[in-house]
Amino acid sequence: MKKNENMAWRFFASVRLALFALLILATTSIIGTLIPQKNPPEFYVDAFGPRTAQFFQMLDVPDMYNSWWFLSLLLLFSINLIVCTIDRLPNVWQMVVMNNLDTDLARLEKMPNSKVFHASGDAESLTGVVTTLLAKKGWKAQHEKKPSGTLLFSQKTAWSRLGVYSVHLSILLIFAGAIIGSLFGFKAGVMIPEGGVSDTVYETGSGKPIPLGFSVQCDDFNLSFYADGSTPKEFRSDLTVRDDTANNTFSRSIIVNDPMDYKGITFYQSSYEPMQGFNISITNKATNVRQNFQIPFGQKTHWPETDIDFGVINQQVRSRMGDVASLKVWFSDGQDEPNVFWMDNNAIQAITTPTATYEFQASQVYATGLQVAKDPGVWTVYAGCTLMLIGLYVAFFLSHRRVWVYIVREENEDRCRILVCGATSKNKIAFEKEFAALVECFTHDSTFQNA
Amino acid sequence: MNSSQLLGITTFAYLFSAILYIAIFVFRAKKLGLFATVLTIGAFLVNSAGIGMRWYESHQMGIGYAPLSNMYESLVFFAWAIALCYLGLELKYKNRVLGAFSMPFAALAMTMAGLKNPDIKPLIPALQSNWLIAHVITCFIGYAAFAVACGMGMMYLLKERQANTAPNSLLASLPELKLIDDIVHKTILFGFLWLSAGIITGAVWANSAWGTYWSWDPKETWSLITWFVYAATLHARFTRGWGGRRIAWLAIIGFFSVIFTYYGVNYLLSGLHSYGGG
Ligand code: HEM
Repeated sequence: MKKNENMAWRFFASVRLALFALLILATTSIIGTLIPQKNPPEFYVDAFGPRTAQFFQMLDVPDMYNSWWFLSLLLLFSINLIVCTIDRLPNVWQMVVMNNLDTDLARLEKMPNSKVFHASGDAESLTGVVTTLLAKKGWKAQHEKKPSGTLLFSQKTAWSRLGVYSVHLSILLIFAGAIIGSLFGFKAGVMIPEGGVSDTVYETGSGKPIPLGFSVQCDDFNLSFYADGSTPKEFRSDLTVRDDTANNTFSRSIIVNDPMDYKGITFYQSSYEPMQGFNISITNKATNVRQNFQIPFGQKTHWPETDIDFGVINQQVRSRMGDVASLKVWFSDGQDEPNVFWMDNNAIQAITTPTATYEFQASQVYATGLQVAKDPGVWTVYAGCTLMLIGLYVAFFLSHRRVWVYIVREENEDRCRILVCGATSKNKIAFEKEFAALVECFTHDSTFQNA
Repeated sequence: MNSSQLLGITTFAYLFSAILYIAIFVFRAKKLGLFATVLTIGAFLVNSAGIGMRWYESHQMGIGYAPLSNMYESLVFFAWAIALCYLGLELKYKNRVLGAFSMPFAALAMTMAGLKNPDIKPLIPALQSNWLIAHVITCFIGYAAFAVACGMGMMYLLKERQANTAPNSLLASLPELKLIDDIVHKTILFGFLWLSAGIITGAVWANSAWGTYWSWDPKETWSLITWFVYAATLHARFTRGWGGRRIAWLAIIGFFSVIFTYYGVNYLLSGLHSYGGG
């Protein structure tokens, strides 16, 4: 039993498994980039034939990144990471906190970088000299008296050994954030026509209604174009949130890349739909009386208590979506021949009749398409991302460097033997240079003679 | 002088610089060394000025934006980052033979840019984000490092064949295998850090524009595949002691994955990033 346990543990702790998992993840991920994802079943039948389509459905290929087998791979990967960490971290931690003054003296002689000097004088005073020299190169040393001599030790960025683990932990944090998001959050959408209100949004994919607990009104949707007339410049929705339970009402505009957040629910400008109809505003310039209407296309409308009738009798669209570029208006105040004119959408047209002047403003009615998301895991994901970048920097560019100096009084001679040695956790070439600079420092000091 | 002219000059200067470095390597024309370096630095400065000028021109047109938002502009920035990466290496290792394996990538990127439409077009709403700028800069510094790593990997494989050829051959002027191996490794580390930052800034941008930091669209997925390939490379080296030829090959394979992420996805697959095809 014990042996089996060990085998399972060794299996999950092995880096070979990590390499395998990384490569399998990389290769299987390709499938979903070649075969379009999340289309209705008919799509796959048309594109690949009924038999292949059935095979795809069996393996969840149309939604492979959420399939049982892909999630299992990610789970395997996470277990691998956790077990591997538990397996190694204690030793690494030991390396970070260990007392290097206890190092086996015989091992010092075998360090990858070492140099021997001689100097006259006693160990005590030499310890002082060496400490100063080390400090000059940024090595803050401690020392300890041993039966045979004095050992000095200094290290730089011991904690950098933990960088790798912060990278690994960050991956788990990102997974945790993703799980929190999928358990406690939602992705949904809603279309709200200008003037309309909604207190419900509809889950993406399933269309399941999700009550918000407050209502959102679309006061206005605005689509503007660059001078070329066809490239959209900005999609903007003016929204008003009404939350009766919190006694809170406020308005806010959103554009793409600048969403609105309320109670952990975020509203993104994602699409729009031009509708068959217009918002019309007419001002009588003489009396300054103004009236707003929402009218359908191609239908005569009457302004009550006046003689005014008007309607939109033709329109020119800009795109296949049905954005109106210009519209043809029929307008009469009962005095004379009706005015008929073309005007740009979203513009103001002055109308003069024998008895009055009017300002006529028209804009097509739009519905704004909002993407609505709640993702309480996103901050965990971002924390993971930050930790990953810090961890990668530490793991790649910092190393744990250690130097020892061992001063021993030589028998029968009035001098000491001084062993300077060091080792690094990685980046050996750079450390060799750093060590050489330190040795240089000793060489130049008149106290020491090369051995 | 407008940005197209400046960037046209850049293309020729990088081509010339690549040819010079190759000449230094092939004909051991060491005397050309200083000239090659000065030319490359000059070309890099003209490249920088071209990017800056394009920025200025977009403001003049009233649609000011950082010139990092379509295929043309990203290729120009890619070339800029490769040149910067290479100049860094030259400064660090004081070896100009490395240029023969790096600068051709910069010249190639500029040449590809030359095939694209360089018109300055206004930004659609989805691209109006500072995260886009951070995303493109981080990704392309990563890609540039991987391009150089790929060049160094090829250099390694070339040098390795020296054992079978005459000792006094052309390849003797290449650095020691151990050193090339170290450069390949270091550039991969550097690239990996920036690629990670690139994927992360992309995710933050997606989240601020659409409310989903990850949606498995083909471009995202391919960037992750590339990231997996390099992560596997690092682990093979650190924990299984891989080095030399195998890592050199992985540097080349990894760069193919980069190219596919960057170029292939736009033309062969569909997805959110298809704007890059312009
Ligand atoms: C895509 C996911 C992963 C990333 C980004 C990643 C990243 C890293 C990095 C940056 C290093 C440090 C290399 C260096 O010292 O410079 C490393 C080392 C290591 N990784 Fe991973 N890793 C991942 C997955 C895994 C998994 C699943 C395992 C499971 C066994 C694993 C095991 C190790 C081990 C054992 C080391 C060496 C640690 C040491 O030197 O003490 N890694 N990893």
